[in-house]
Amino acid sequence: MITISDLRKVYRQGNNDVVALDGVSLEVPTGKIHGIVGHSGAGKSTLVRCLTLLDQPTSGTVAVNGKELTNVSDDELRNARRRIGMVFQHANLFDSRTTEQNIAYPLELVGTPKKDVAKKVSELLELVGLTQFAKGYPSQLSGGQRQRVGIARALATDPDVLLCDEPTSALDPQTTNEILELVKELRNRLNITVLIITHEMHVVKQACDSVSLLEAGKIVEHGDIEAVITNPSGRLASTLLPLPGDAPQVDGAGPVVDLLYTGDQATEPVISGIARKFNTDVNVLAGSVEHLGDQQFAHLRVQFAPDADLGAIVEYLKSAGIAVTVKEAK
Amino acid sequence: MDFFTELLNNPGITRAMWPATVETLQMVLIATAFTIVIGLPLGILLHNTGKGGLLPIRWLNVVLSGIIVNITRSIPFAILMVALIPVAKAITGESLGPVAASVSLTIGTVPFFARLVETALRDVSSGKVDAALVMGSTKMQVIRKVLVPEAMPGLIAALTTTVVTLIGYSAMAGLVGGGGLGRLAYNYGFQRYDMGIMLVTMVIILIMVQIVQIVGDIVARKIDHR
Repeated sequence: MITISDLRKVYRQGNNDVVALDGVSLEVPTGKIHGIVGHSGAGKSTLVRCLTLLDQPTSGTVAVNGKELTNVSDDELRNARRRIGMVFQHANLFDSRTTEQNIAYPLELVGTPKKDVAKKVSELLELVGLTQFAKGYPSQLSGGQRQRVGIARALATDPDVLLCDEPTSALDPQTTNEILELVKELRNRLNITVLIITHEMHVVKQACDSVSLLEAGKIVEHGDIEAVITNPSGRLASTLLPLPGDAPQVDGAGPVVDLLYTGDQATEPVISGIARKFNTDVNVLAGSVEHLGDQQFAHLRVQFAPDADLGAIVEYLKSAGIAVTVKEAK
Repeated sequence: MDFFTELLNNPGITRAMWPATVETLQMVLIATAFTIVIGLPLGILLHNTGKGGLLPIRWLNVVLSGIIVNITRSIPFAILMVALIPVAKAITGESLGPVAASVSLTIGTVPFFARLVETALRDVSSGKVDAALVMGSTKMQVIRKVLVPEAMPGLIAALTTTVVTLIGYSAMAGLVGGGGLGRLAYNYGFQRYDMGIMLVTMVIILIMVQIVQIVGDIVARKIDHR
């Protein structure tokens, strides 16, 4: 479990104070994968640096399993850092070390006996599927393989938390999926808490249980994927499950409504249900339907016939647990 | 053929060339060893007391960089060497000879080498240092296990350049009492205008420089896994 409370970071830039983090609070329970998304400049990098104490936060605390990292001595901080495994965007492997020497690095630091190091390293190599590359150098590996080594290295100290800073942003889509699958698998096997900081919505959709939207140094939206994706007033819903950019707008040919729902709530076919029940025509203007985790999510834009009883339809949809937004003419 | 026969019978070559070569090697080796011992830590300190280093201490960086390194480097070596004769005497007990000359050689090349070390360390990406810190390294561990090994190809290149420079400086040191090939070239080549000695001296120095450069390049390539 990682607990962040009221984290603030203010930089002095010339004569101005720049607030990079403006009171970020967050708790990720053990065994959950949490995504923090935001555009560049939202404070993601600052947050990562403050979480690992590479930068000292101006105020606020960071704790792993109840043990604080902030406000401790240098020695305690070094030990506390070993409870957080960190995965970097560019892996940041040491080029002068072989794959196995890279993974062994965190163990070397505390003088782990050679035999134990060798055992742990071979376990980790197997875990990330790179046993045959043990003696190779990072420069001989592909981007995805390097990231796997980075993950193995991060896990060498058996940390409680895996902190991933843009772990897939330098990778192609295929490799991205492989890395995310690996992270999920590791979470399942090791019951580790994972925090993924990213600007890619795809990563959140594929890997995360919950998500926070970081904007101008604040968390402006937060919740489980299912909750945020079906909240029509939130911003994450439309970014996680966007309608096509050219989705038709209100054109006067009948009321236009956006619907957001999960597979659970739509136990009966929604569209044909409306058509039958209210004896009206329903036209699907645009939509996107996706499987996230084991759930189905749908985001549809539909148009009813001009004479349809909009009020009753909306009422009916809401009672079925579907989020409804009636679109107004622009 | 006459030219070579003459060379082989020239006492300056048969008698003086070998000891002079040994003296030059002596100067270069001693100065190289001390340049590494002093210059490497100084370069590490220069890098890490600077902005973005592991231990940013502004005043110390200003003192090291601005005053010691820059001032020493801006004095022409020939002048610095003469100025340092009393220092050499204080340290080695003599003011003449290759050992005394090694002192001024070392002091002359340390700042140069330290700057090259600083540049080589700067090429190690800050992400690697961050990674090392996040894994719980002490600052000393970051330096010994990450910064220096990751910069090693650059450090070897820096050392190669420094040794080549030292060979050049050692010839100059020869002029003011250091002995060696510089001395030989000056006494015989310049004052007697003995073209043969001049040529042989140049060839020997050329071979030394070539060997250093080739070995340096091979080692740098061998340890470079980037």
